[in-house]
Amino acid sequence: MTTSAPVFTGNIDAPRTSRWPIFGWFAFLFLIASQITAILISPPDRDMGDLQKIMYVHVPAAWMTMLAPLTVLIFGLRYLWKRREQDDLLAAAAAEVATTFAGLTLVLGMIWARPTWGVWWTWDARLTSMLVLFLILAGYLALRALIDDQERRAQWSAVVGILGAINVPIVYMSVRWWRTIHQIQSNPSTVDPAYVIGLRLNAFAFLFVMIYFIRRRYEAALMERAAEHASRAAALGNGR
Amino acid sequence: MSWQRDWRRARAIAWKDLTAERRSKAGFNAVTSLAITILVLFGFALGPDTRAVRDAAPGVIWLAALFAGVLAFNRSYQSELDGGALEQLVLYPGSRKAIYAGKLLANFVFVALMLVVIIVAGVILFQVAIPSEWPSLLGIILFGTIGLVTLGTFYAAMSSRSRAREVLLPLLLFPMLVPVLLAAMEATKALLGGNLMSDAGAWARLLIVFDVVFLAATFLAFESVIEV
Repeated sequence: MTTSAPVFTGNIDAPRTSRWPIFGWFAFLFLIASQITAILISPPDRDMGDLQKIMYVHVPAAWMTMLAPLTVLIFGLRYLWKRREQDDLLAAAAAEVATTFAGLTLVLGMIWARPTWGVWWTWDARLTSMLVLFLILAGYLALRALIDDQERRAQWSAVVGILGAINVPIVYMSVRWWRTIHQIQSNPSTVDPAYVIGLRLNAFAFLFVMIYFIRRRYEAALMERAAEHASRAAALGNGR
Repeated sequence: MSWQRDWRRARAIAWKDLTAERRSKAGFNAVTSLAITILVLFGFALGPDTRAVRDAAPGVIWLAALFAGVLAFNRSYQSELDGGALEQLVLYPGSRKAIYAGKLLANFVFVALMLVVIIVAGVILFQVAIPSEWPSLLGIILFGTIGLVTLGTFYAAMSSRSRAREVLLPLLLFPMLVPVLLAAMEATKALLGGNLMSDAGAWARLLIVFDVVFLAATFLAFESVIEV
C-alpha cells in the first residue's frame, strides 16, 4: 500500500524551492519599479487624464487571465496523457491564480469604467466573457473541492479545465455577436507610444508575479500531497 | 461492424431509461410541472405588462427548460447509482461512448418532450403569436435542445457522483452553456419577432457549430470521466 509516496516526497527537494523566494522578491520589486516608471513617464491622457494610469494594472491583469487558462489547458491535456499527479496540481494552481487575476481584472475594469463610461458594468463582449470565464474557473475550483478521491479529482478537473478553456473563445465570439461597445483592446499597436513602454514593462512584471504565484500554490499543493502520503504510510505502520 | 454494435448498445441504454421513465412518469411529471411553475414565476417578475412579457418570452422559455433540465440530467445517473448499476454498465464490453450516447438519447427525448409542454404553456401564458416560419422554429428548438442535453448529460456524469451535486451541476453547466443559450435565445427571438431582416439564420448556423464542437469534445472526453 505504499504506492507512490516516494515520488511526491522526492519532488519537494530543498535546493529547488529555495531559489524561488529570490524570484518572488525580484518579481515584486520589478512590479513596483515598472508601476513607478509607467506612472512617471506617461503624460495624462487627453480624455481620461490620470485615470489612464489604471491601464497599467488592468490591461496586464487581463492578459495574464488569458494566459492562465492556457496553462490549465496544457497541463490538463498533459495529465490525461501522462497521468502524473504533478501536472494536475500545476493545472489547479494555475486555475486558482487565473481566478484571482480574473477577479482583479473585473474589479479594476469597473473602477475604470465608472468615471469613463459612467457605469460600473456594461454587457460588452470582453467584460461579459471575462465574467463567464471567472464563473467557469469558480466551477472548476468547486469541483476540486467537492471530490475526495484523488485520482477522480485529477481526471475530472483535467476534463473540466480543457472544456472550459475551449469554451473561452466560443463565449467571447458569441457575446461579441450579441453586443459590443468596449473601446478597442489596448495593445502596443493601438496605444499611443508614450504609454507603450509602461504597458510592456508591466506586462512582464505581471507575468513574473503570476509565475511566482503559480509556483507557490503548486509547492503548497505538493507539500499537502506529500503530507497525506506520509500520514497514510505512517497509519499503515511503515512510516519509518 | 463495431459502431453498429455500439449503436445497438446506446439504443438499449436509452430504451431502458425511457421505459423506466414511462412506467413511473413521476420524474417527467415533476420536472415538467416545475418548468411551468418557473414560467409562471417569470411572468410575475416581468408582468403584468403584456408587451414586456411577450418580448421576454423566448428567453424565459429557454431558461425554464434549462432549470428544469438540470434536474433531469442528475436524475438520469442517480437512478443508475441507486441501483449500483453504473459500475456494471461500465464493465460491459464495448466502447463506453455507447453509455454516453444512450444517456444522451434518453435525455434528449425527455427534454424535447418537456420543451413541447413548456412551449405550449409559454405561448399561451405569454400570448406569443406563432410566426409563419414555425418549421425553422422547430429546427432551432431541436438544435438548442441538442446543445443543452449534450453538455448537461456530460457534466451530470461527474456531478451526480460528487458531494453537493445539486449545486455542482448548475455551477459547472450554466457558464459552459452561455454560447448555446445565447444563440438559441437570439434565434428564437428573431423568429418570433417576425423581423425578416434579423439574423435568425446566422444564429441558427452558429448554434449548429456549437452543437458539433461540444458533441465532439464531450464524446472524446467521456471515457476519462466514466472510467474513474
